[in-house]
Amino acid sequence: MGICHTGSVDWALTRDGEGVHIIEVSGLVKRYKNVTALAGLDLAVPKGTILGLLGPNGAGKTTAVSILTTLIEADEGSAFVDGIDVAAEPGRVRERIGLSGQYAAVDQDLTGFENLDMIGRLYRLGKRRARERARELLSVFDLTEAADRSVKTYSGGMRRRLDLAGALVARPPILFLDEPTTGLDPRSRIDLWGVIRELVAEGATLLLTTQYLEEADRLADDIVVIDHGRGIAHGTADELKEMIGGERIEVTTPDHSQIDDARSVLAEFAVGDMRMDPKHGTLVVPITGGAPVLTRALRALDSAGIEISDVGLRRPTLDDVFLSLTGHAAEESEVSA
Amino acid sequence: MTAILQALADGAVIAKRNVIKIKRVPEVLMFVLISPIMFVLLFAYVFGNSIDIPGGSYREFLIAGIFAQTVVFGATFTGAGLAEDMQKGIIDRFRALPMSRAAVLIGRTASDVVYNVLSLLIMALTGLAVGWRANAGFVSAVAGFLLLLLFAYAFSWVMGYVGLLVPTPEVINNASFVVIFPLTFVANTFVPAENLPTPLRVFAEWNPISAVTQAARELFGNIPPGTPEPTVWPLQNPVAYSLLWVVAIIAVFAPLAVRRYRKMANRR
Repeated sequence: MGICHTGSVDWALTRDGEGVHIIEVSGLVKRYKNVTALAGLDLAVPKGTILGLLGPNGAGKTTAVSILTTLIEADEGSAFVDGIDVAAEPGRVRERIGLSGQYAAVDQDLTGFENLDMIGRLYRLGKRRARERARELLSVFDLTEAADRSVKTYSGGMRRRLDLAGALVARPPILFLDEPTTGLDPRSRIDLWGVIRELVAEGATLLLTTQYLEEADRLADDIVVIDHGRGIAHGTADELKEMIGGERIEVTTPDHSQIDDARSVLAEFAVGDMRMDPKHGTLVVPITGGAPVLTRALRALDSAGIEISDVGLRRPTLDDVFLSLTGHAAEESEVSA
Repeated sequence: MTAILQALADGAVIAKRNVIKIKRVPEVLMFVLISPIMFVLLFAYVFGNSIDIPGGSYREFLIAGIFAQTVVFGATFTGAGLAEDMQKGIIDRFRALPMSRAAVLIGRTASDVVYNVLSLLIMALTGLAVGWRANAGFVSAVAGFLLLLLFAYAFSWVMGYVGLLVPTPEVINNASFVVIFPLTFVANTFVPAENLPTPLRVFAEWNPISAVTQAARELFGNIPPGTPEPTVWPLQNPVAYSLLWVVAIIAVFAPLAVRRYRKMANRR
């Protein structure tokens, strides 16, 4: 499967013979007054996989999730969830999905237990099952101790976990997680990743939006990069990283004349074309192997007598993806829709 | 039929949640309870001695008016509560659940009755303390309170609809002030309507809040003997006219509000 670099993403070519797509979106368009939030988005998610929808703020991620979860209606295009037309039968779609939003939509004044119990009742689990399920999820998400405290007293990570638990109350086969870790500290983020991976291990299909390449890399089977409301690339994390060059060492010398020497010394470590970043006078050397390779590279520079003023190991970010795909950095649209 | 039962069952879940919130945020409740006391006392002592009601006492005349104004203002909570739920994103969660599309509104309007029951209770006690009496018997007085609550319930569907329209909860307070204040003042709530200039008088006579106030006064036995009979149909038949408005308001605003809830675009 190759990386599709055009405006429309042709999944049929890459996904042939892999069975039914549980989420299928084609030509989705959503316009607000002055902005086009979605400009013909295509997506296809095979059953039991995670699709990462990767893009900056305002790229259209939340709009896409909102349409798929029946919160808003698309202006054009079609969206099917579990074979059901989202526009025609939103009620049936709601019975099959769980949504956890970017802004933890749990009630601050209720306790964790009360929040989940309420959601269970609204899924019509019945009084007893709603309670049992609430207790069960609180324990799974390590919130048992905080179960009877009002959510106001929770940390950001706890709220996110509770919100995610809310999406799982009815064990829906299809989950939408809209930027589940935005704003979390690294520790809570890693915790939450663990939880999400377990979910899919149990067979759920998941569409996850994120601004972090690392998050998509850790979680998603496939990634669709979205910009200005349309998919601009798709592939696995490895394919994307390959395309944007993966890891690299960036070296700056105090004396410009030494840059060429550095270039020849570092050639043996490079796994692709080295390039100069003219803005900072920095040499960029694509590598694989991380810190150990950096150490060896530094030793080589040292024994060649090359003085360096700055050096760093960089891993690709969303910005790099955008830079290589669009020639511009990921920029936030003026309207976040 | 099942759809209606499900709407009521889901509505009850939402109402329960709202009532829990009332208990958890006692500050709101404090204001709900203090402002009616303040109103009763202010009107009773500031205006009480300067406004004459032929054959009766202004305080007795006044109480039903304050009751009516306060419960109508109570509808603001419905709008503010919905606007806040929307702002906090919890409405998005509800809208993605397979629950009835009317439940959030049914639950909210129902739980807000709690505010009005409490404020009526507090006002009645304050009224009794400053000399107000219900003179037409217990059953009649209860009927008076029920009519006030019913009208307030209907009105909370109006503010519920408005609450889903406004961008932030703060707007609701201003909006309700602009709408409810004239509605409750250009009426017979605080002064007899017949003293008003003609255009205002006609408005006051047909204003449903006048009818609710008039009905409450009659049911509380607060119309002094010798008061001239009203000359317009709404005030001659205030209970019937009030109930007509209750039905009309719910028939118009419940579908509007539910439709708005269905079609609401999220604001992110």
